[in-house]
Amino acid sequence: MIFELIPTTLRMATPLGFAALGGIYSERSGVINLALEGMMLIGAFGYVIGTQISGSTWIGLLVGMSFGFLFALLHAVATITFRAEQIVTGIAINILALGITEFLVPTPEQVGGLPQWQLPFIGSYSFLIYLLPVLMVVNHILLFKTPWGLRLRAAGESTEALAAMSLRRAKWQYLGVLLSGVFAAVGGCFLASEVHYFTKGMTAGRGYLALAAVIFGNWRPVSGISACCLFGFATALELANRWDIPVQLLNSLPYILTMVVLAGFVGRSRPPASLGKMES
Amino acid sequence: MNIQKALASLLQDRTSQVKNLFVNYFGPPLLALSGFFLLCGIILQMRGQSPLEFYSIIFVSAFSSLDDFGYVLFNATPLIFTGLAVAIAYKSGLFNIGCEGQLYVGAFAAAWIGIHLNLPGFLLIPLCMGSAVLAGAVWSAIPGFLKARYGAHEVINTIMMNFVAFALMNYLVTSVYQEPDQMIPQTSQIYEAARLPRLASLFPILPPSNPLNLSFLFACGCAICCYIFLTYTRWGYELRLLGNAPDVAAYGGINPQAVIVWVMALSGAVAGLAGVTEVLGYRYRFLDNFSSGWGFTGIAVALLGRNNPFGILMAAVLFGLLNKVALDIEILLEIRRGLFLAGQGVLIIWLVCTEGFSRRKN
Repeated sequence: MIFELIPTTLRMATPLGFAALGGIYSERSGVINLALEGMMLIGAFGYVIGTQISGSTWIGLLVGMSFGFLFALLHAVATITFRAEQIVTGIAINILALGITEFLVPTPEQVGGLPQWQLPFIGSYSFLIYLLPVLMVVNHILLFKTPWGLRLRAAGESTEALAAMSLRRAKWQYLGVLLSGVFAAVGGCFLASEVHYFTKGMTAGRGYLALAAVIFGNWRPVSGISACCLFGFATALELANRWDIPVQLLNSLPYILTMVVLAGFVGRSRPPASLGKMES
Repeated sequence: MNIQKALASLLQDRTSQVKNLFVNYFGPPLLALSGFFLLCGIILQMRGQSPLEFYSIIFVSAFSSLDDFGYVLFNATPLIFTGLAVAIAYKSGLFNIGCEGQLYVGAFAAAWIGIHLNLPGFLLIPLCMGSAVLAGAVWSAIPGFLKARYGAHEVINTIMMNFVAFALMNYLVTSVYQEPDQMIPQTSQIYEAARLPRLASLFPILPPSNPLNLSFLFACGCAICCYIFLTYTRWGYELRLLGNAPDVAAYGGINPQAVIVWVMALSGAVAGLAGVTEVLGYRYRFLDNFSSGWGFTGIAVALLGRNNPFGILMAAVLFGLLNKVALDIEILLEIRRGLFLAGQGVLIIWLVCTEGFSRRKN
């Protein structure tokens, strides 16, 4: 019975996983990113628009990613260059994305899904589902085993260390935020390619859920994506709805778990030391 | 001679003060607003529609009659509460992103009392409002406690509490308290006695169809109370001190942990009242998902009003106006109201950027 839930779990976890990877990059570089929701939404929007205009889902993916990039650029310029309040900027970007996509809502014309790969024993899934575990490992190595990752993390941990290496913190933070926009947008593209439509506010809080997964996974790619799978499983249980558990309880479980972990009741969650702090 | 000099310098001080006030205080919001309307005009021009028509519709839609302006104030009512809630927390250096969830639990608590207790109005209305205040306060005090006791970031926890509140409300309204024999996820109606009278019944100059009700006056009263509380009371002073200089506050014998918990509770209490406006003042029942993001708009309201209760009052009326206008524009010019939502986003980003930029210069 559990095995029946695996396909749904994967489908639910993948968009979260991409957005969570994005969240990890941004937050590891020291910039709070509540804008994941908006970046996912604009990514989904870009995918549908791009695919409708060009007829190719690859172009759609590219357009979605570049829209996510642009929104991340907005977040980066506002928070890093202008020192705007990161939390408020993130929420404003979500409002902006919701507004723009509602204003320019695409025609309700069905778009194709991303290419699917057929694998023996596993079945046929969008290639992004297979890409996610690969990216998880690659990003873990990049962040924790290379000098590049060390510098990016230093931007979020201690400004002095970066200054000692005569590196500019802003540059690494820009990199982190821009990467987060692209990753989150891919998550949005996946969402749109699975349902073949764009609907108003279709991300429905998934960006915030991804952020919860980042915290739950202690700001690390492997544990973060495992958290996404756990949250995806909760959603799959909810959709299967075969037991006498109120669906709303399953629905709110990820949020409650995140609060428990953040408070330190279970395990230990330690955010990057300079997260959200800007030197004046 | 010396007196003249002193007078001249005093005058100069005074004018530079006024100039500073305009440049730093009123400048950015006013600039942002005019920029917003200008941008709307440009977008319309690009779509081949007349910007002049757009501006005239805005004016007609909001000010052409008392009835229209009544709708503007009606739209503004919950935003006054959520704006105040965000500002109270912000003054002490905390972010309450959870107003949306708090207003739902507040609204449900008020509806529950209003459905179950058959009491005369002078008892029932305060009871309903009290329960909403309590529910909002408890919902918001949880993130406050987690922050004070365990150092967990209140932003994340208030967001998480929002989603928990949405799920809980959905459960209550579809599985436990749904109106019998109805498909709509809503509760039964509250008793007549619990309903807040419409202002039209008190002031006959408003047409009876106008939904503006007593909760608007409560909101204005709440703004005045907040101003007095923040400016003239010891608690207000402690709250502001914690926000402006946490080290000084700790040195001055203020217990930051306790302040964090009660500030969050107070903020949630005010947010809970935003839900009351809908349940006791307009719909007379709890409907699932009734709020169109009022909790989040409250952040914009607080920012635009510069966290000053009277500024918030004005900003809330402005956003109420935009909501009202958006509806008419959608019908008359076939422009989706997303434009206004997007404008709201740009407005917030602009305001925080100017704020951050001036902080950096200093």
